Amino acid sequence: MLDHVHEAQRPLAGGRALDLEEPLLFEIGRTEVSGVDLDEPAPHASQLGGLERKMPIGLPGLSEPETMRHFVRLSRLNYSIDAGLYPLGSCTMKHNPRLNEKMARLSGFADIHPLQPQSTVQGALELMRQLADWLLKLTNMEAIALSPKAGAHGESCGLMAIKAAIAAKGEGETRRTVLVPQSAHGTNPASAALLGFTAQPVPAGPDGILHFEDVEKLIGPHVAAIMLTNPNTCGLFERDAGRIAEAVHAAGGYFYCDGANFNALAGLTRPGDFGVDAMHLNLHKTFSTPHGGGGPGAGPVVLSRRLAPFAPAPALVQDGANLRLVEDGQGFGRMTAFHGQMGMFVRALAYMLAHGGDGLRQASSDAVLSANYLRAALSDLMTQPFGDRACMHEALFDEEWLSGTGVSTLDFAKALIDEGYHPMTIYFPLVAHGAMLIEPTESQPKAALDAFVATLRRLGARALAKEAAAFREAPLHAPRRRLDETQAARKPVLRWTHKAG
Amino acid sequence: MRYHPLTSADREAMLAAIGFASFEDLFTEATGTPPLAGDLGLPPGKSEVEVERHLLRLAENNLSASRAPFFLGAGAYRHHIPASVDHLIQRSEFLTSYTPYQPEISQGTLQHLFEFQTQVALLTGMEIANASMYDGSTACAEAMLMAHRLTKRRKALLSGGLHPHYAKVAGTVARMAGDEIMLAPPDVTASEDLIGKIDDSLSCVIVQTPDFFGNLRDLSGIAEACRRHGALLVAVFTEAVSLGLVTPPGEMGADIVVGEGQSIGNALNFGGPYVGLFATREKYMRQMPGRLCGETQDLDGRRGFVLTLATREQHIRRDKATSNICTNSGLCALAFSIHLTLLGEIGLRKLARVNHANAVLLKERLAELDGVEILNKAFFNEFTLRLKGDAARIVEALARRGVLAGVPVSRLLPGAGLDDLLLVATTELNTDDDRTALVTGLREII
Repeated sequence: MLDHVHEAQRPLAGGRALDLEEPLLFEIGRTEVSGVDLDEPAPHASQLGGLERKMPIGLPGLSEPETMRHFVRLSRLNYSIDAGLYPLGSCTMKHNPRLNEKMARLSGFADIHPLQPQSTVQGALELMRQLADWLLKLTNMEAIALSPKAGAHGESCGLMAIKAAIAAKGEGETRRTVLVPQSAHGTNPASAALLGFTAQPVPAGPDGILHFEDVEKLIGPHVAAIMLTNPNTCGLFERDAGRIAEAVHAAGGYFYCDGANFNALAGLTRPGDFGVDAMHLNLHKTFSTPHGGGGPGAGPVVLSRRLAPFAPAPALVQDGANLRLVEDGQGFGRMTAFHGQMGMFVRALAYMLAHGGDGLRQASSDAVLSANYLRAALSDLMTQPFGDRACMHEALFDEEWLSGTGVSTLDFAKALIDEGYHPMTIYFPLVAHGAMLIEPTESQPKAALDAFVATLRRLGARALAKEAAAFREAPLHAPRRRLDETQAARKPVLRWTHKAG
Repeated sequence: MRYHPLTSADREAMLAAIGFASFEDLFTEATGTPPLAGDLGLPPGKSEVEVERHLLRLAENNLSASRAPFFLGAGAYRHHIPASVDHLIQRSEFLTSYTPYQPEISQGTLQHLFEFQTQVALLTGMEIANASMYDGSTACAEAMLMAHRLTKRRKALLSGGLHPHYAKVAGTVARMAGDEIMLAPPDVTASEDLIGKIDDSLSCVIVQTPDFFGNLRDLSGIAEACRRHGALLVAVFTEAVSLGLVTPPGEMGADIVVGEGQSIGNALNFGGPYVGLFATREKYMRQMPGRLCGETQDLDGRRGFVLTLATREQHIRRDKATSNICTNSGLCALAFSIHLTLLGEIGLRKLARVNHANAVLLKERLAELDGVEILNKAFFNEFTLRLKGDAARIVEALARRGVLAGVPVSRLLPGAGLDDLLLVATTELNTDDDRTALVTGLREII
């Protein structure tokens, strides 16, 4: 929007100084252009068995300078951690050290094949062993499956181990229920359902956490597992987790802990100490591997002694002086083609080595402190669904304080964009009405936290002054104004075509 | 600690502001128990120099592909990656952004995903594609589950030419979900009769081309049989570069095409992270797993992009979702797109042609060896050798001489009686010297 610019001063071609519009690749690329020079193929008699491609692909190409320009321009349309506070609750948008990128690109890690003779990759196996050792010590667990590729994949892995353990006891037909709190990530019930379990919702108390007495009533011989996130998605620690685990164990079930929020716990408390049987660790959250605009992640799963025999292939074992990957006949089967997200393992280990045990404890402490600092600084303005209580690494607000202003959580978030911030997570968890979930992480200087608070307070004052119309217009200064998501879903256009172009 | 901006004074001031004397008090208040004290049994932090030294030592204890004539494939392929690819994916705005849930400030990621979806659809010869999966193997398992949903049947037929680990991943998912799979025995020469096994009980048939043993397969007959019986044809590939030269599965009648995109833009990385490609027909859109990016307009009528059809996904539908997938392979998909943009139509076709030419050359030279039999008639850049002797032992011996000769089939199919088979792949990176090293090594060892 250029509402402050006189009509005659508007740029003519759509760009604005450093804000540059970029067409689609398919509108600028040409099928006869390439940005790669290749040698001519050696003379040969084709042996494709008559299956040679006959139709053109239709893939546009760009020269190298055009490619650079295209993707650099696209990149400039994104907000990023490096550019500013990115307080997305439940996402742990912490600093991504560049040393980790450099290490992951060492040819000894990046340029080795997953199926090379194991004698030629002992350094890689040793790296996996060290990563496993760190994660097991931080969680006080017995065994680890490194291969899951992301959090939800880790959930599948942990639940599969539980399912296999139950089947081994001959209880596969009877234990079919997984208890899942209403505040859980959507992946939890989805993972349970994928394995044929029934996800039974568990209500939390008025204080936002589970209460032993409420959960105990639901536990029985039909329960395969309970899936808890701790701290939960409201940023609150599940104090009864240990007692709940005991009761679930006594009834023959298992305790799956969603480790998405482990950044609140590392070095401060250990899941193995509160009865966890399986937990995935999002290396892309707690251990700083970059989110990359939505991936790749990595979701190793730590397991208790009871579940250790059911870990999937591959398993890493010491074999004399060497390490060996056992790739067959392991536990419940296989999660993925190879050994997991090695590139992420390197980054995560670099992160842990840099911190050391005490540094990880400090990181979690700072994350919790920073969230509480924001909570306290905003508690007189914004409402909290479960009262003003100490939180863990993220602070949850709802939209009650905005009632009567005409400003919704969505409007408030979009106004934050104009102020130069990425908004907090909104409308999640579902248990809070119009949720705003703020996770600052340990990576913010105090001045940045103070500036963020000041911005929220100024916006809040404007909302309470009932300037709703201005909020509904926001954002005005982003590369795009609000986008029509209804149209996108009603008439999906998922690819470029000549007609649309 | 260099990554932590808060100073001790900041911490004290912040604690004072929230009314706690110490962090221990705050933590105890929040959790009901004091934080762990004392030694965690973990070493102290290291400087950047020390971390680098530690990891370099581990990296040096691996024989990297750049240091040896290299012929491994079997689902992961070593290709040249232009320097600009790695530079671009390390732009802060791509590397350190999250899933584009706030589209107004995520158009870079979103426009890329729209371009990626289009590139994948074009390459596979399909109508639509999603914004990526974890890797080829998990994409394959998700395709099977999607076929179950579409056909309301729960039995899949898996070709004996399917990558054995892909079959294991699908088998694990199926067993855990209470579904059935029929896995055909290993089919080294692409001579299995799948059509005769297709009936009205199947949700899908999963076939790979080029297959695990390197054979190119014509899928049109299977597609026709699938159509007759109401089953879906899921076509799999693990070498995306092949699509520059061979008939894409979409043209042979596949209903879902899944594959590994690693070989375009992504390094070997010891098996991950990679990027799963997933394409299908438009009419199956609402049963697709994974994120989808769609075109729309903003309030001022300007074109823009958003994540769409979220009502399929776990964060909206929870236990009724089409998949539990949340995180995908965004940055690997970006590397794929950038490399494919640099290649373009003519570049990809030429790259694929060079790969095939090198494979033909290598095959001709290997065929001259006594004790080596080549089993493939039609192939792209990978084929299977029958060796006089145990392939794993021969590979180990060649590795000691600094030649990474290929993948013994027994590594993936132990106990199948295929111990004398070796998979050999070759790409544009192999030189004549590499070929000579392999041929000479094999001659001397066998």
